[in-house]
Amino acid sequence: MSDEGKPAVEMVDVQIDGEWHSFPKGTRMIEACRIAGKEVPHYCYHPKLSSPGNCRMCLVEMGMPPRTAPGQDPPEKDESGHLPISWMPRPVIACANTVAPNMGIRTESDLTHACRQGVMELLLINHPLDCPICDQAGECRLQEFSVEHGNGDSRFRDNKVKKPKNVDVGPRVRLDDERCIMCSRCIRFTDEIADDPVLGFTERGSYTTLTVHPGQQLANNYSLNTVDICPVGALTSNDFRFQMRVWFLKETNTIDTNCATGANITVYSRQNEIYRITPRQNNEVNSDWMPDSHRLNFHWINSEARLTAPLVRENGSFKEVSWPDAISTTAERLRAYDGGDVAVIVSARMTNEELLMAKRLIALLGTDQVAAVPRAGEADGYLVSADRNPNMNGVKLVLGMDDPAAKLDAIKSGLSGGSVKALIVLQENLIDDAGFTAEELGKADFVLSTYPMANPTADASDVALPGACWAEKSGTMINVTGRLQRLNRAVDGPGLTLEPWEIVRDLIQALGGGNGIYSADDLFKQLVAEYPEFEGFTLSKVGELGVPLIETGETIPLIEREKERIAKGIVVG
Amino acid sequence: MDVPAELEKEIDERITHYPVSKRSAVLPVLHALQHHFGYISEEAVEWTAAKLELQPIKVLEVVTFYPGFRQTAPGKYHIRVCRTLSCAMAGSAELMETLCEKAKIDRSGVTHHHPIAVSEDGQFSIEFAECLASCGFGPVCMVNDDFFEKVEDADALLDKYRD
Repeated sequence: MSDEGKPAVEMVDVQIDGEWHSFPKGTRMIEACRIAGKEVPHYCYHPKLSSPGNCRMCLVEMGMPPRTAPGQDPPEKDESGHLPISWMPRPVIACANTVAPNMGIRTESDLTHACRQGVMELLLINHPLDCPICDQAGECRLQEFSVEHGNGDSRFRDNKVKKPKNVDVGPRVRLDDERCIMCSRCIRFTDEIADDPVLGFTERGSYTTLTVHPGQQLANNYSLNTVDICPVGALTSNDFRFQMRVWFLKETNTIDTNCATGANITVYSRQNEIYRITPRQNNEVNSDWMPDSHRLNFHWINSEARLTAPLVRENGSFKEVSWPDAISTTAERLRAYDGGDVAVIVSARMTNEELLMAKRLIALLGTDQVAAVPRAGEADGYLVSADRNPNMNGVKLVLGMDDPAAKLDAIKSGLSGGSVKALIVLQENLIDDAGFTAEELGKADFVLSTYPMANPTADASDVALPGACWAEKSGTMINVTGRLQRLNRAVDGPGLTLEPWEIVRDLIQALGGGNGIYSADDLFKQLVAEYPEFEGFTLSKVGELGVPLIETGETIPLIEREKERIAKGIVVG
Repeated sequence: MDVPAELEKEIDERITHYPVSKRSAVLPVLHALQHHFGYISEEAVEWTAAKLELQPIKVLEVVTFYPGFRQTAPGKYHIRVCRTLSCAMAGSAELMETLCEKAKIDRSGVTHHHPIAVSEDGQFSIEFAECLASCGFGPVCMVNDDFFEKVEDADALLDKYRD
């Protein structure tokens, strides 16, 4: 990226806890402290939302050079070239104030400690202290700051204010008003990001109550983000509440595969079971948010409907067999056909690595009857892409197809007409998702399908193999904007499930095309060697946040709006 | 809720006093509605929100913040008894008790969230108010817009309004 033509950003020197640092003009004091490695505790401040400065937790001591009277000599600069600082007697909030030249900030002084202690005492006065039954425990800012900055016990001896509890504010979100510390993050999120301002504070004063307007609901597809940004246990997720203590959960950073946006997420699992998914910050993809529809679409992964072993049809019914038997049976059957008799359906839910393996198989079989199943939906103008496949760009790039769906109809009619004798369906459900019928599949001599779940396509197959779903495999995908992102394995697939690239590799080997690939990382290296777009990349360079790989000309609406808000200085970003 | 054309005209005129942001007109609009209807109903909140192009919750926030806005219907005559220090010392609690007794008002259901109690016949309603600015002449109270100082005879006061 070129910085030419941009005005040079003015830098200002700021002293933080005795050390001088330099920040761009306009930097919030709280961000300056963060960059300088000094944590300023806060509740209401969120870099993606406006800063009302209402929690007062981020109070710090601030000072400026003394103002000189007319005619008075300016104070002398010290050896580092800075003016002396005269400290203000009162603290200031670090979240809504910006740095100024020669400003001093003290995050670790007696005054700031006393402020934090005082704010914590007030916040806890009416708090129910029900941590043992609260879902937020373990990731609660109130708990954490109470330990760090609070008091051992409360001096408050009167009755606590009673407020509404267990309130259904929406279909997916539940509210406990007694736990609420009135930071207003959720109100600002629904107002500024989700454009659905149904939340507000009523009865302001001792009884301040967070509420939805009577008759309205917090029902928009981004409602669960309010649960993420709630610093306490006031807003909890109906889906996750009481399911698992957060400290037992293993976190895996990966990406969402419900649409082409590829929202960055963290998968929380324990003992091979996924309990929840939360968005992970990526300012080029999903900011700090993700849609509820995508977040909650994981329960099927633990379901009974999963395929758990390779199935081979014998005399009309399926029999569970070992992987070597399933692969050799398949290879034997496939050898009987010429390349022109075989069609291959790949999935845009496959990773680039899997698609590369599929490409090898397609080349080995010698067929050009290849297609991918499109998944068109409606874009929501926020984060949900109209393309509900996570990696259609990968299909286009790796398989070199401009229109991956083009041959779908030809394959369909080839099945009916008998020209397609063998069909390989990788990670797709042709009958439910591509309009194929069981009769059409039945006309093929041999059908191989891989998929995580039992489904009508598997039912119509001769060999049905359990291929891992998105949470059970690693690899890379290319999102709607052309960004290369990593998918990381969070849990193991049930039973004998294998990652799809392993299945295809084994099949290629059985068909006589040995290739010595032992890991998905090897495949990435092959992508780098074979595709100029991948040149110079390594998995560690792709990293947790991905890298721009190709130009698609597509943008993500929510991200574009956020960039405008950052440029206007409304949010930090 | 039926807002008469004349009232709406008056409200529209009040909104013109706030050319920068219609939102600022929320208080005058609510005052006009309460003056006409006696209280701010849910419908009135929604009507105001639509009028000022706000979300209803933003109006509800204002209504619930000011004790001066009533969310339930008062009686024909609404009594406000001052309970701030001077009046409290001059006997406003006793005055409240006597007024309730004489006007047959049951205040047992009164809470912070429901401050108003109404008599059985709907003639009188009553609530405590904060300082009415006549501290030297307590206890003081207001009946609708009429102001009374050194109120000693509750019956005589009520008689002025009894039909």
